[in-house]
Amino acid sequence: MSLLETKSLTKYFGDTHAVDHVDFSVAQGELLALIGSNGAGKTTLVNLISGLLRPDSGTILFQGADVTVMSVHDRIRAGIARSFQLVTVFDQLDMLDNVCLAIFARDGKTRRLLSLANSDHAVSEEALGVLREFGKANLLAGGLAQGERKLLDVAIAYALRPKLLFLDEPTSGVSTREKAPIMDIITSIVRSGKITAVIIEHDMDVVFRYSDRIVVMHEGAILAEGTPDEIRRNEQVTTTLLGTRLEAHEHARA
Amino acid sequence: MSSIPASPKRALLSAIPIAVILFFLPLLVAPYQVTLLAYGLIFAIAALGFNLLLGYTGLLSFGHSAYFGLGAYAVAFIVKYLEITSMEVFLLGGVLASAAVAALFGFLCVRYTRIFFGILTLALSQVLWSLAFKFYWVTGGTDGLRVPTPSLMGVRNPAGEDKMIFLAHRYYYYVLVIFLVGASVMWVIVHSPFGKALQAIRDNETRAEFVGVQVWRYRWVAFLVSGIYTGLAGTLWVPLNGLTTPDILHWTFSGKIVFFTVLGGFQTFTGPIIGGVVYNYLETYAVGHTVYWQMVLGVVLVLLVLVLPAGIAGTANRLILKLRREA
Ligand SMILES: Nc1ncnc2c1ncn2[C@@H]1O[C@H](COP(=O)(O)OP(=O)(O)OP(=O)(O)O)[C@@H](O)[C@H]1O
Ligand SMILES: [Mg+2]
Repeated sequence: MSLLETKSLTKYFGDTHAVDHVDFSVAQGELLALIGSNGAGKTTLVNLISGLLRPDSGTILFQGADVTVMSVHDRIRAGIARSFQLVTVFDQLDMLDNVCLAIFARDGKTRRLLSLANSDHAVSEEALGVLREFGKANLLAGGLAQGERKLLDVAIAYALRPKLLFLDEPTSGVSTREKAPIMDIITSIVRSGKITAVIIEHDMDVVFRYSDRIVVMHEGAILAEGTPDEIRRNEQVTTTLLGTRLEAHEHARA
Repeated sequence: MSSIPASPKRALLSAIPIAVILFFLPLLVAPYQVTLLAYGLIFAIAALGFNLLLGYTGLLSFGHSAYFGLGAYAVAFIVKYLEITSMEVFLLGGVLASAAVAALFGFLCVRYTRIFFGILTLALSQVLWSLAFKFYWVTGGTDGLRVPTPSLMGVRNPAGEDKMIFLAHRYYYYVLVIFLVGASVMWVIVHSPFGKALQAIRDNETRAEFVGVQVWRYRWVAFLVSGIYTGLAGTLWVPLNGLTTPDILHWTFSGKIVFFTVLGGFQTFTGPIIGGVVYNYLETYAVGHTVYWQMVLGVVLVLLVLVLPAGIAGTANRLILKLRREA
């Protein structure tokens, strides 16, 4: 059984068919890459699944349960977490507090008004552990370099200990040199078990190198899906979508 | 929130000397000066509450006169209709009244942010102001309602004791203790997991939602706590002033609360406290020495925005950090 399944999921913005009768599924434990040109509907699909947007029609099943109209809060409880295409961290909190907050929220501790946050050593220890996995530092989140902010963004979502993690372009706006370390960390948290991840990614090098499976979207629909090799060989994908970029990629390899 | 890391020990180390000074001051200065300081501390309590919304939750209320006024009028009604003059009953009544209305107004307002939030809080407070104005047979209209000196913890004021002496001694200490407790509790709140959640909402509402913080609910609780603090301030203010009039429900009074918080610096914990005390002196002396006092305040506000946008405490903080880095 898939971890997540959407059935005929649909969202229109006026005349734009952003997500059009999409049957999308994610298997337990995989690192799935969701690709497609600008405006293909990738972010909208994630917005629907994570609860930021309500679909016009269709259903979303998570671990077999219907979560289509569940609140964001309840979806997070159920184990769906996400990051955003534009980095969003809490700029005036330091890195540690960014991660601590996620843990407090996960454990229902943000209801506590009359105890000091930094006196909860279990939480600070856990947050430090997460930051260590991500290469730690302790600065105000607002003063970080783009690559570090991207990582912190992922760390916040990861600290929620989700079952399914959506990362919307975790390496965009980051120099090529910084991409590999980010992807290595993401891969290692997926491989270490318990987490299934879906990354939206434009960099085909990254997609082919790191993903187990690829889903290609085009104009609101799923155009193709398969292993990296299958997608690489898929004529329809290479010609209509990735043509130039893929050639360039093969060129670079040769 | 400030970039000087917060620890209870460090906070206590800086708070204790100030508490000691505030404790011994009545022995050193004239009673009138002590009452001015009592006003300042009361405004500081109001501003601490206000700043939980502005500085920590990112919501600018233009309607905090409502809670200050409710605290004050609750006391006046207790005197008028129940003929009770116990300060503890005043506190209970003032806090309950401001909490009830903050719960209701907050429920209506927290779905909005920025200018919409500001306008809605302002409009709701103006409703209370017009009620105080129109129902003059209950509220005394523009004449307001008088409030006598209360008994403190059951102890009556000895007959014939000068009111100024009472206010500058026993009442001052009463206010001081409530201020110290209130400020400590607020310090804990802003450093609690709840306080961190508010700051997360301030920094990025959507992201806060997506770590599982129920944004409206948290804003509502912040609004409630904020209203209670400002209501508590109004409750303490009215025996000191001896009279409550609709002025303190008017939106211009909300403007004053905004003013002292910005004056002190809303991005620091201590800013609103400093702002409340300093503003009170500023207004008192500006009113005493010139008929153009509103212009004086206006000029101060302009200078503040242009020269010290971080306020008094924020600027001091930066200087300290800079000196430390250079040392
Ligand atoms: N809130 C919105 N209101 C109106 N139109 C929207 C909205 N969000 C997305 N769209 C439109 O829906 C389509 C799909 O957008 P979406 O952001 O899902 O694409 P994407 O695949 O994530 O693209 P990119 O790679 O550029 O991030 C686009 O045509 C976009 O303009
Ligand atoms: Mg997108």
